[in-house]
Amino acid sequence: MTPVLDIKGLTTEFRVKNGWHAAVRGIDLSVNANETLAVVGESGSGKSVTALSTLRLLPQTGARISRGEVGFGGRDLTKLSEREMSRIRGNDIAMIFQEPMTSLNPTMTVGDQIAEGLLIHRGMSRTEAAKEARRLLDEVRVPDPARRVNDYPHQFSGGMRQRAMIAIALACRPKLLLADEPTTALDVTVQAQVLSLLDDLKRDRGMAIVFITHNLGVVAQIADRVAVMYAGEIVETATCDTLFADPVHPYTEALLKAMPRVDRKAESLEPIPGSVPSISARPAGCVYAPRCNYVQPSCAAHPSLVPVGGNHEARCPVRADKGEAA
Amino acid sequence: MNGLQVRGLKKHFILGGGFLGGKTSRVRAVENMSFDVPEGASVGLVGESGCGKSTVSRAVLRLVEPDEGTVTFNGTDVRAASPAQMRKLRQKMQFIFQDPYSSLNTRRTIRQTLEEPLKVHRMGSPAERRERVEAILPEVGLPQEALDRYPHEFSGGQRQRIGIARALVLEPELVVADEPVSALDVSVQAQILRLLDDLRQRRTLSFLFVSHDLGVIRHFCDVTCVMYLGHLIEYGPTEEILDDPAHPYTMLLRESSPVPDPTSRIANAKMTGEIPSPANPPTGCPFHTRCPRATPECKEVMPKMKEIAPGRQVACHLY
Ligand SMILES: Nc1ncnc2c1ncn2[C@@H]1O[C@H](COP(=O)(O)OP(=O)(O)OP(=O)(O)O)[C@@H](O)[C@H]1O
Ligand SMILES: Nc1ncnc2c1ncn2[C@@H]1O[C@H](COP(=O)(O)OP(=O)(O)OP(=O)(O)O)[C@@H](O)[C@H]1O
Ligand SMILES: [Mg+2]
Ligand SMILES: [Mg+2]
Repeated sequence: MTPVLDIKGLTTEFRVKNGWHAAVRGIDLSVNANETLAVVGESGSGKSVTALSTLRLLPQTGARISRGEVGFGGRDLTKLSEREMSRIRGNDIAMIFQEPMTSLNPTMTVGDQIAEGLLIHRGMSRTEAAKEARRLLDEVRVPDPARRVNDYPHQFSGGMRQRAMIAIALACRPKLLLADEPTTALDVTVQAQVLSLLDDLKRDRGMAIVFITHNLGVVAQIADRVAVMYAGEIVETATCDTLFADPVHPYTEALLKAMPRVDRKAESLEPIPGSVPSISARPAGCVYAPRCNYVQPSCAAHPSLVPVGGNHEARCPVRADKGEAA
Repeated sequence: MNGLQVRGLKKHFILGGGFLGGKTSRVRAVENMSFDVPEGASVGLVGESGCGKSTVSRAVLRLVEPDEGTVTFNGTDVRAASPAQMRKLRQKMQFIFQDPYSSLNTRRTIRQTLEEPLKVHRMGSPAERRERVEAILPEVGLPQEALDRYPHEFSGGQRQRIGIARALVLEPELVVADEPVSALDVSVQAQILRLLDDLRQRRTLSFLFVSHDLGVIRHFCDVTCVMYLGHLIEYGPTEEILDDPAHPYTMLLRESSPVPDPTSRIANAKMTGEIPSPANPPTGCPFHTRCPRATPECKEVMPKMKEIAPGRQVACHLY
């Protein structure tokens, strides 16, 4: 199966003071149709930059994709003109963000905002678009959609706004949905609803979803496959079941041990010492070594992502050699 | 009696009306809350956004004035306290905020920030104050160099450490913490929770600890109060509440909380409707509009808190 999105060797840099520094360094990611790939990692690890690079939504100045390709529909998105790119955004690829209120237009009704993309990208008539907007609100389970299409965003609750955002994103039947922390600001009950909605939509429409989160609980809920990011690199990737059953990279393991769990008694949490280095202070060699409990002299060389099992790769020679995954 | 006792606490906010006219509405933020924080205990307040957690935690310290009810700390009636008594009480009861950045004065060095409460409470000579401030830093895991720097020079986790140091410098007995780790990354959250654990063991501290994360509550709190639309609906030892929730709302919260284990996915998130507004709460049990087990009685009659096991109380007609 050809993946819907196929990122190869992507490096995105920002200018900080006088130099260019990589926020995302040589990452490979692919997502298939009817698959949810979760990208997980601490703040500053490069999750959002990856999504923004895919859609070419980086700042106009001081930011550049310096290497790699973003394969989508047989084309390399990094090579497209801005005009071609704007035909893809909101159409073949849609994105939803953490804070629905800042991405919704407060002066337009929810229905008009859903219809907008249909008018632009799909050439629908106003009446067709209005009808489709109602159907979409129903599909994302906003109650009483016929009345609610005429509401303004402030008349919606937080969970309904996020569902409206999803309706806008889905309007043009995208093949790929990039969701950047879409449930982080929501209550757990509403989060559970939005996650199950996204999962149903993936199945019904055969969509590919990249789901960005820092919450491993959410990952376990929604992901088919997982990429763990740290300091701009993917340090481990595996199917969801494998990652949780058999984490190989010390960072993945540390993230799991740092999370207070609701389902079992944990006498003591194990914090990860220190923090993610800034993009201008990334260590040579293994980027995680300064915070790692298993450092060996070999960690001074920059490790590559190597297979440690079927469909399972990790960027840690210490763990990979020990055959921890076998 | 030592520790904190809250009885019949009520706080409504009136919105609109006044100078600009228009219709007023009454937000029933907290209705008839009663609970204790015994000396040395850590009590959690949990519930969805807008259920009144912050209002309860503020009302306890009179950062908002309650409308009704009593708050007693170490035998003193907090609401009836004179300004002089209140100053004494404030020293014993300290607050930690969710957002460490906006709660710190950006133009003050950390030293100034930490000395200020000591000055306000006229504690010690300048030399003693300096000593106390310098002694608190290692306790919260910050280097001495931090003292002469400004808040913007610190990461989120370090700022929360500063917020904790500021709360502890007066050597309080009760710390009221409103979502102290919610804005932090998992790793930093674990660092701060570990710090709070250590402090709890080293000093005799009680906590009233607000969080919407049941995992955090499980880790930190001995006893948990579950709130819904301003009401206390379940109360008891944290582990019992989470492993065997009694109230249908507590069950919903527990089932909706994601766990890092793909083999125990939330089977089918029920569309249980929207949370009603506290400005227009339902009649009867506040949860009946979303409750899968609601009966006609639930629409009419507000259930009272009942003891269902030693130390466990629930407000639900099923019991
Ligand atoms: N416009 C920019 N200029 C300079 N550096 C930037 C810019 N945008 C992002 N960065 C840096 O790139 C790194 C990765 O940022 P990114 O936003 O992708 O992190 P993230 O994983 O999404 O984190 P979070 O969980 O906080 O959203 C960070 O160190 C960040 O400071
Ligand atoms: N100063 C105020 N004026 C008017 N209404 C208020 C005020 N403070 C709180 N409220 C309202 O009271 C209710 C309870 O708010 P509160 O902040 O206590 O909830 P919370 O449980 O802390 O929520 P969150 O999890 O979002 O912090 C909400 O409806 C809120 O809008
Ligand atoms: Mg981000
Ligand atoms: Mg609050």
